[in-house]
Amino acid sequence: MNVFHPHLLDRRLRVVRAVVWTVTGVVVLVFFRTQILEHGKYELQSETNRLRPIPLPAPRGIITDRNGRVLAENVPGYTVSLLPGNQDSLRATLTRIAPIVKLDSLGIEHILSRYQRAPYLPVMVLPRATFDVVSALEERRLIFPGLLIQPEPKRFYPDSGLVAHLVGYVGEVTETERSQRRFAAVRLGGLVGKHGLERQYDDSLRGADGVRFVEVSALGHVVREADPASRLAPVAGKPLHTTIDLDLQRYVADIFPAGQRGALLALNPNTGEVLALYSSPGFDPNAFVGGVDPDYWRRLSESESHPLFDRTIQARYPPGSAWKLAMAAIALKRGIVNFRSRMPIPCRGGLQYGNRFFRCWDAAGHGDLPLSDAIAQSCDVYFYQLGLKIGLTSLLEDATALGFRTRTGIDLPGEITSEFPAGTDYYDRFYGPRRWTSAVTLNLAIGQGENAQTLVNMVRFYQMLASDGHARSPYIVRPAASTSASLGLSPDQLAGLRQAMINVVERGTARGARLKAVTIAGKTATSQNPHGPDHGWFIGFAPADKPEIVVGAIVEFWRHGSAVAPLVARVVARYLGADTTVAVRIREALPADTAPQPTSILPGIPEEDTTARDTTPADTTDATPPPRDR
Amino acid sequence: MRLRLREIDRPLASVALVLAGYGLATLYSAGQTDVPTFVAGIWHKQLLWLGIGVVAAVLMFRVSPRLLEWATPYAYAISVVILLFTLVVGSGAGTAAGSRSWITIGGVRLGQPAELAKLAVILMLARWLAGRREPPATLRELLPPIAIVLVPLGLVAAQPDLGSAIVFVAIFFAMLFWAGTKPSLLLLLASPVISLLLAFSTVAWGSWIVLLFALLLWWRPYMWEGLAVMMLSFLAGAYALPLWRHLAPYQQNRLLAFLNPEVDPRATGWHVIQSKIAIGSGGLFGKGFTHGPQKRLAYLPAQHTDFIFPVVGEELGFLGVVTALALFAALILILLRVARRATDPYTSLCVFGVAGMLFVHIVENVGMTVNLLPITGIPLPFFSYGGSFLLACSVAIGIALRVAWESRQSGYAEL
Repeated sequence: MNVFHPHLLDRRLRVVRAVVWTVTGVVVLVFFRTQILEHGKYELQSETNRLRPIPLPAPRGIITDRNGRVLAENVPGYTVSLLPGNQDSLRATLTRIAPIVKLDSLGIEHILSRYQRAPYLPVMVLPRATFDVVSALEERRLIFPGLLIQPEPKRFYPDSGLVAHLVGYVGEVTETERSQRRFAAVRLGGLVGKHGLERQYDDSLRGADGVRFVEVSALGHVVREADPASRLAPVAGKPLHTTIDLDLQRYVADIFPAGQRGALLALNPNTGEVLALYSSPGFDPNAFVGGVDPDYWRRLSESESHPLFDRTIQARYPPGSAWKLAMAAIALKRGIVNFRSRMPIPCRGGLQYGNRFFRCWDAAGHGDLPLSDAIAQSCDVYFYQLGLKIGLTSLLEDATALGFRTRTGIDLPGEITSEFPAGTDYYDRFYGPRRWTSAVTLNLAIGQGENAQTLVNMVRFYQMLASDGHARSPYIVRPAASTSASLGLSPDQLAGLRQAMINVVERGTARGARLKAVTIAGKTATSQNPHGPDHGWFIGFAPADKPEIVVGAIVEFWRHGSAVAPLVARVVARYLGADTTVAVRIREALPADTAPQPTSILPGIPEEDTTARDTTPADTTDATPPPRDR
Repeated sequence: MRLRLREIDRPLASVALVLAGYGLATLYSAGQTDVPTFVAGIWHKQLLWLGIGVVAAVLMFRVSPRLLEWATPYAYAISVVILLFTLVVGSGAGTAAGSRSWITIGGVRLGQPAELAKLAVILMLARWLAGRREPPATLRELLPPIAIVLVPLGLVAAQPDLGSAIVFVAIFFAMLFWAGTKPSLLLLLASPVISLLLAFSTVAWGSWIVLLFALLLWWRPYMWEGLAVMMLSFLAGAYALPLWRHLAPYQQNRLLAFLNPEVDPRATGWHVIQSKIAIGSGGLFGKGFTHGPQKRLAYLPAQHTDFIFPVVGEELGFLGVVTALALFAALILILLRVARRATDPYTSLCVFGVAGMLFVHIVENVGMTVNLLPITGIPLPFFSYGGSFLLACSVAIGIALRVAWESRQSGYAEL
């Protein structure tokens, strides 16, 4: 049998042909599936393969003062980033680029970990590149695949430290922030406001980043710009117009006692507009742009004076004598006293209550005086008795109604709540039921005890005194929902309180604040604290007959409110365009307006320690350093 | 008998020329990248090789089959010697930088002897099979052809060039089939290899052994052959794992990547993924000649050699792919026709062997670009850059043309 007989060959040929046709058919079907049915999927993969989105950062809105002068603006800057191919090639490129951009091995690891979070985005290598670095890199562009040098607007604060607490600063968005809805739209590595107005109004300041696409080869070289139609232009952030008077702000920073801790807040009493907001010590917000230097951050966060901490809204102090106006207002509203009312016991340097003797700051005593003089002389004995007349329950109720337990709602982030007992059960909880007496009222009556107020909250109270008696929320850009708090006093009563406060300045404890041209009404306060010398307060407004500005200031460890008074007076004068010289020499002649040491009311009961919190940052998130940007 | 060029088999010559032109155009396009590389000028060299190939084909056309048959043992011996020589002095190149597949003299790479050795093996097998009255009926009778294939196969596998080794095996089985060997014998012959491949799944391997045992009982080969087959199958199954460990990591990776290209898209599966993206994004009409972005931006690996077919897929789309596949199918079917009409068993086997070799190359190369088959570095006939293989194909076509001419001269009538 010949196996090559044509019939046998034909039989085998049929088999072979069937195999050829079947295999070809299968291959064609597979190509049909890949090229026709799954075309969309592979087309998309091809695009993501070669097209890389490059974010075009939107310039943040500028922040101006009430006269259009710039508080925060943008200046041109350069960023250096790399379009990563894969992790190994990125590491290799980083190693080569390190000497030029001054990158240590820790920095390289940091960049690699950022790359892993968003492998398709360019990874930032140097957020603030100098011109030298940029030109050095451009010369060697060929050996750095994926090198991307972009002009990018940089935040700049021309007045740096003067406006630090007010405008805050910007920094790279953190993972935690991105998980919040508010910052969900921010791209990884995008900038958001971290403090102050930058944070409060971040939504409108931020704008919307644009994007452009570049074609990247498999080796990571940017080959060309992709179709311009795919480019999305950035939308600049909206400008922010504030109520701040930059001139006044600068003046405040200029005259604020150097090296002292404290704060100053100036409002327009009729609208609630914040004219100046200053906290000392300050910091340089420009140092935070593009990532804060770790040394600078350590200095700031480890400093005993907590520079990052805004003392106008984030510190609570015992209000001391400044509180006496609140007592007077409550008593007048309740009709318990009028301005000529005298107390049963005249001041002889103190008051015996139960088994305790409550001293007046002036051991010599003020004698028998009416309410208006008691305010002017800040007589403690008078107010001890006034407090008892009002009664603890009514006092707590009215003070709460006046907003001494709430935030003012100022449009800055991180405002803390002032502390004040809501009711008598506070004492039940604290001391135990029936283990305290109404002697606590005596401490409360002179602004000590369980009372700690933020500067902004006290200034808001004086704003009520300086206006028609209605509260207006302090604001820098937009007022919060209006509060219904009101003193509930008649115009006569208001005028009487103002006259008493004029007397404080003209004849009383704040004679140092007297100005030649303008009449200032105000109140000094001195509050004890366990950390050192007393804190000095002064809150005043002017012109006294038709107030246009209310200024509150606190200087920590400044011993006496009357020392703060000239500071406030000069700010007022500057704002009103008057002569800012004050009679400084009088200061020494002043008596020590020191409220008596609040001693424990019952033996063996620990002293209430609200004052201990006064310089502790309330917002603990402040203590975590912002992510390093390099 | 005078040879006249116009008496050649026109369909075969024209399909081969069209394929060569198509391949050259694709190779030109493969060089058109955004960042030009050496690939840009490679089509000049390929054109030169094509010229050499045409000359070689014409020369082979002029060689009498009898002379070829006489020269076959010498050609075979020479190619084995060259393969040995290659193993000693060979060098790697391009995508196969780790192997010793090229003969380099004075820094000039002369070629890959494995490609020409495939032809020599075809001729040698044809000569041995054609010299027999009966087709091999027992495994023992198959020992000489096994030896013929195994020598060059071992030398090629030692380079190591897994792809070419597989081609030798395919050629061997195809030619045995064409020579009339019983399919059952072929299955027994293949059983150790099948056992090796199935060893990864215990159930599949167990079923295969049981099936094999049943088949042995049914077909009743000689006792010792049956035992040998069973032993080899067992051994293959047992040695599958050590053998797997013995494979070079890149070979393991290629096989693993075939199973799941997404394992590590940047390393193992990169070739397959990029190849599929290029092909898939081509769609029906493609991105236009020379305009494929995957290729332009160098995402496509080895776009001038092993992965040249995705260039066709990306730039000319499904239509271009179907055209190429149709041309390839036509070439194979024409070669089958030539083998069928050949005047004697030797030439018939030669042409069938050539058809088998080309078919394996085409299917494996095209199949791996769409992840239908594992990646092996074997070139696509007429498309992939490489002088030796183009020359081998040209010589093969030249032989086929002569065989077609012979049968025409002998007055072959359509049955």
